[in-house]
Amino acid sequence: MTTQLIINQQPHEVDAAPDTPLLWVLRDHLQLTGTKYGCGMAQCGACTVHLNGTPVRACVTPLQAVAGQAITTIEGLDSAAGKAVQQAWEELNVVQCGYCQSGQIMSAAALLSSNPTPSDSDIDSAMNGNICRCATYVRIRRGIHQAAKNLASEASGKETSDKGTVV
Amino acid sequence: MKRILNPGTDTQPESLSRRIFLRNGAYATAGLTLAVTLPLGACSAPPPTTALAPAPEPIPAPPPPDLEANAFVRVTTDNRVIVTIKHLEMGQGAYNGLATLVAEEMDADWAQLEAHNAPADAARYNNLSWGTAQGTGGSSGLPNAYQQMREAGAVARYLLVSAAAEQWQVPRAELTVRQGRVLHAASSRSASFGELASLASRQQLPASVQLKEPGDFVFIGRSTPRLDIGKTNGSAHFTQDVNLPDMVTALVAHPPRFGATLAQVDSTAALAVPGVLAVLTIPSGVAVVARSFWQAKQGRDVLKLEWNESRAVFVDSAELLEQYHLKTTEPGRIAVKRGLLKQGFKQSSRTLQSSFEFPFLSHAAMEPMNCVVQQKPDGIEVWNGCQLQTVDQQAVARVFGVQPAQVKINTLFAGGSFGRRANPFSDYVVEAARIARAYDRKVPVKLVWTREDDLRAGYFRPLYVHHLKAGLNRQGEIVAWRHRIVGQSILKGTAFESMMVKDGIDQSSVEGAANLPYAIPNFRVELTTVDPGVPVQWWRSVGSTHTAFATEHFLDRIARAAGRDPVQYRLQLLKDHPRHTAVLKLAAEKSGWGKPLPKGVSLGIAVHESFNTCVAQVAQVRRLNDGRFKVEKVVCAVDCGLAVNPDVVAAQMEGGIGYGLSPALMSAVNLQDGKVVESNFHDYKVARMQDMPDVEVHIVPSAAPPTGVGEPGTPVIAPAIANALLAATGKPSHRLPLEAALT
Repeated sequence: MTTQLIINQQPHEVDAAPDTPLLWVLRDHLQLTGTKYGCGMAQCGACTVHLNGTPVRACVTPLQAVAGQAITTIEGLDSAAGKAVQQAWEELNVVQCGYCQSGQIMSAAALLSSNPTPSDSDIDSAMNGNICRCATYVRIRRGIHQAAKNLASEASGKETSDKGTVV
Repeated sequence: MKRILNPGTDTQPESLSRRIFLRNGAYATAGLTLAVTLPLGACSAPPPTTALAPAPEPIPAPPPPDLEANAFVRVTTDNRVIVTIKHLEMGQGAYNGLATLVAEEMDADWAQLEAHNAPADAARYNNLSWGTAQGTGGSSGLPNAYQQMREAGAVARYLLVSAAAEQWQVPRAELTVRQGRVLHAASSRSASFGELASLASRQQLPASVQLKEPGDFVFIGRSTPRLDIGKTNGSAHFTQDVNLPDMVTALVAHPPRFGATLAQVDSTAALAVPGVLAVLTIPSGVAVVARSFWQAKQGRDVLKLEWNESRAVFVDSAELLEQYHLKTTEPGRIAVKRGLLKQGFKQSSRTLQSSFEFPFLSHAAMEPMNCVVQQKPDGIEVWNGCQLQTVDQQAVARVFGVQPAQVKINTLFAGGSFGRRANPFSDYVVEAARIARAYDRKVPVKLVWTREDDLRAGYFRPLYVHHLKAGLNRQGEIVAWRHRIVGQSILKGTAFESMMVKDGIDQSSVEGAANLPYAIPNFRVELTTVDPGVPVQWWRSVGSTHTAFATEHFLDRIARAAGRDPVQYRLQLLKDHPRHTAVLKLAAEKSGWGKPLPKGVSLGIAVHESFNTCVAQVAQVRRLNDGRFKVEKVVCAVDCGLAVNPDVVAAQMEGGIGYGLSPALMSAVNLQDGKVVESNFHDYKVARMQDMPDVEVHIVPSAAPPTGVGEPGTPVIAPAIANALLAATGKPSHRLPLEAALT
């Protein structure tokens, strides 16, 4: 059975059982392997993607539930918030093993899109579903603050927001 | 987070400042020879061209060759410096650490550096601290390769300078190297490494190379952008991401208890699942092979299995604890003794004793175990976040009945390991190989463990019970110390047994206790090794995961019982241990130890040496309004010798603390009736963002050769927290995870 998906603004047709989790469609059918498997039960956040801009766990999201909706994976993350998070991650050398970081970055980008100036406690709530066994949490927190700062100075530096993605 | 970076070093260790001599073409192990293996035929005449019959089409000239300076450094004609990394990159910074040493001696430009994984080839890529085996572990990566990688870079630099000297017909002495260019100041000429690479490949190797003086260091002692790129945009490849033509995915149903074997399988329903290709019986269980993960999982879920449990292990964690406690009442085998213990206790005016329990622990790396194996006409190819190349190569060769050299291993990034991927039995690698052999279709077979498989397949940090007893004299000094440890040996039956089990003492069970640094005249550590049949393995910081907690929490109790400040009390006992003293003082100073604290806030300190690195940590704990506690800040001081990359050192301390926080506060694997109770992150709890304290890392300036940082940050946090709780409540802790209510 085929399902129509819109991933990273590109249409895809996938031939898979409708109850197949989106994670395995991305990884095994579309070779979008940036989204990771960590637990299979929405406990670790390694599979976080955006569904219509909202972070969801792809490992418990059935294919049939997302047909025709806008899915963004780490490979297609190009919002201002997403770019700012990636840049801050590189500036601060946040990653260690890196396996969970796609999910961390997707969660962090979604947080900054909805809350451009998160407090430590906002970060705790938004990021608590993303486990990092290397425990890069100290730098993730710093990275989110830094990305927020960069976004703010970018926004104030521009007369008009040409991309309009900072919301 | 704030860090004090090591500003560099004043003096160079003697062993590094002398000239190092090169033995061409040979693998060198002696200290005076250059421990850099050279590629066959490198740096000689250009390769001979094959005699060709007149061809109808003109054959394009071969591109000018790159400079393959040695087994570790290649300079391409398009100006890249490719460093071959012999250690697994699992997050600990092997890429940056080793490449920094090469870049330093070459005076490369950091932007031109690339890091690639070494193949499995122990003749060239062995861990110099392990003899002839290739692998990563024991926080030995940077220490063993420190000299080797610097020499590799120095040789490459020499050849590039020789090439410039030939090209410009000037003496070598007039040439300098900076940021990836060779310069001749007198004639204002310069050339990039890439421009010189081909000519450099035809230069004579040096008889010796001179390494830099620390004052000239450009990269060592400074932070650099990470070379394990692709980890922020999803493009970095892990074993989980391997995708090869015709590849199939396998999941395995393991028996519910260790030691059980398959009695019967009905695979009818599994084979009816679309995409399922085969159901195969292997020694470790039943494999379902399918076109994709989800199909394989659907197939595995409907297998009908019966197990033969006649040799299965039916153990309970609770029963083991009880048995082990009982064993601590009997003398164990003596691991170390000093003075006369009985006399010591007789001289004591008071004694203190305490028992400690430690559960089984899972490594629970974010990437569950996985491995890809393919049978090929000329041998076997493996893709794996491989931590013990030599062991895995031999194990796969045995499965297929081929020579180890016929097993090609592609080492990929590992999504964490914490010791798990260095399994002495190559357990999951052998499982993948057996499936590939049984499937026998010559296509790549990817074994994927689910999180549940990973948590329940074993190879845990063993369960331990400790009992400590100390005698104090009237001045409150420790005059007798008896430490009994009961637990499983992680080395028994492994290739490491002969090296690390001496007189029945598994050194890894007593490390951190047997070498307790405190000056105690009458001292004994005893070990009772038991074997309940649970698969066990090293876990980040190994023996120190339990010995550091037992010794450092007990010592804090003693200091408080003696009415002494825990820092002062330790310092008095550490007079012959300057490195311990330095980290203890630094951590105390930076944490404001001894100054008045806000209401509800308490501090606890611990110090411990593991893998030749000394770490002290001060945990700051706050009592919340609801009576629970929160670890809100950790100040960490580390002496790891010369800090080659201070930012990586800090990252490893932060991460080591975070990794140690889980067993301190919430992680435990429990066995009930032989079955693992926990199955996933909802019940095997690990530290999350809200649990993580702020961490401040301070590095003790040092000119000594570097020591490892991957593990030593981990074991210190649990006793530091327990000591802070002791300060807050007066109540000692007796087990991990800590029973005190923490957030």
